[in-house]
Amino acid sequence: MAVKVMIPTPLRAYAGKQETVEVQAGTVGEALSALTAKHSDLKKHLFSDDGRLRSFVNVYVNDEDIRYLQKDQTAVKAGDTISIVPSIAGGANRSRI
Amino acid sequence: MATKTEAPAASLSKEEILRYSRHLIMPEVGMEGQLKIKQAKVLCIGTGGLGAPLGLYLAAAGVGRIGLVDFDVVDSTNLQRQVLFGSKDVGTRKVEAAAARLHDLNPDIQIDTFETQLTSANAFELFKDYDIIVDGTDNFPTRYLVNDASVMMGKLNVYGSIFRFEGQITVFGAPDGPCYRCLYPEPPPPGLVPSCAEGGVLGVLPGIVGTIQAAEALKLIIGKGEPLIGRLLLFDALAMKFRELKLRKNPDCPVCGTHPTVRQLIDYAEFCGIRGEEAPSTVTNIPEIAPRELKTRLDRGDDIYVLDVREPHEYQICNINGHLIPLGELPQRVHELDSSKEIVAHCKSGKRSAQAVEFLQKAGFKKIHNLKGGILAWSDEVDPNVPKY
Repeated sequence: MAVKVMIPTPLRAYAGKQETVEVQAGTVGEALSALTAKHSDLKKHLFSDDGRLRSFVNVYVNDEDIRYLQKDQTAVKAGDTISIVPSIAGGANRSRI
Repeated sequence: MATKTEAPAASLSKEEILRYSRHLIMPEVGMEGQLKIKQAKVLCIGTGGLGAPLGLYLAAAGVGRIGLVDFDVVDSTNLQRQVLFGSKDVGTRKVEAAAARLHDLNPDIQIDTFETQLTSANAFELFKDYDIIVDGTDNFPTRYLVNDASVMMGKLNVYGSIFRFEGQITVFGAPDGPCYRCLYPEPPPPGLVPSCAEGGVLGVLPGIVGTIQAAEALKLIIGKGEPLIGRLLLFDALAMKFRELKLRKNPDCPVCGTHPTVRQLIDYAEFCGIRGEEAPSTVTNIPEIAPRELKTRLDRGDDIYVLDVREPHEYQICNINGHLIPLGELPQRVHELDSSKEIVAHCKSGKRSAQAVEFLQKAGFKKIHNLKGGILAWSDEVDPNVPKY
């Protein structure tokens, strides 16, 4: 199925500056694999070394959080939109290394 | 001559009825709603980009008691978006300048200022006199602190956050609603998500998001409309699109779930992987060169390859004739560099170039140094004609 993946601003630099990427997939997991296959730099931002989705990144199918569906096994159908929503805080670099 | 009337909180004075007439003539607000607004107590954490429209609209609406928490001082780079302040306020404490501006807008309300950083030690004390907390902060540790304290004290937390052109708004802390940790159980590690100083922000963006936060706070006060409880509003200013995602309360949430495990405020800096406050500094084993030393060596004709790892639009602001290879492109373009030559890498302040040096060292480059303090330090110490940004 052709699904759209919406790329949030902080990650667009790693997705060839695109706002959305179309992939072919039957599940969320397949869609994210297809996405990181096209844009390998995205992988380390989305997934930790053990292959799990980073906990400050949420993934939605349409408007539902996949953690409350079937996680990466959540099925997607043609025309669905997968949104990647990372944690943002704006502001200062005061409290960073 | 009209004198200021001392009306009890349970009623509106004649002056107030006139001032808020545009609220009073709407059935959704009316006298009842305006009285609720007058009796409301809202604590604004942060008086910066988000805090500016927030404070202005809450004061304009007549919120009876507004608390302002910020330990910062106004600087000129704030004026691109922090519209509470003016040029005359540069160098002043933000809470002082904010209180003065808000008092001018609405002299009848009570404004409490807290020139302090919000910490685990003072959060409960600061929150206790207010009903609604509005999170206008700019860093992850404070957001988790505001969240946890709000949940533990049963206070609503109107959350708004921004990055470049995007914003997120929701309401946490409602009894059956989710909290920040339901949405993001863990923060990103430091260094992964840039701040406004590094990533930039469209000035109007916090203006829009902060105003939405003010709207949500007022709706919660008057009890009308549909608040953003359980709803995450995403705003993209470039596309000018709003989207909404469902936020669910996580029954296993360590703070607001059915069996909370976090019942006390923790060390949030540690939670976010940050050790203490510091100025941007390079990692200790990165070889550095001071701007003046580089200048001396270049002037005497040393064959040094100056590598600028900033972005093209930064190069256009100012440059020291370095060879531009943006940090993100370095891995693919490393073959353009000659490891037999001496290379000095620089960026704006020295952080990105430190990463570049580290990467090149791992790639086998030995004659490599990081320009300490970046082009900002070059401007300070070598050539003040180079503009700072």
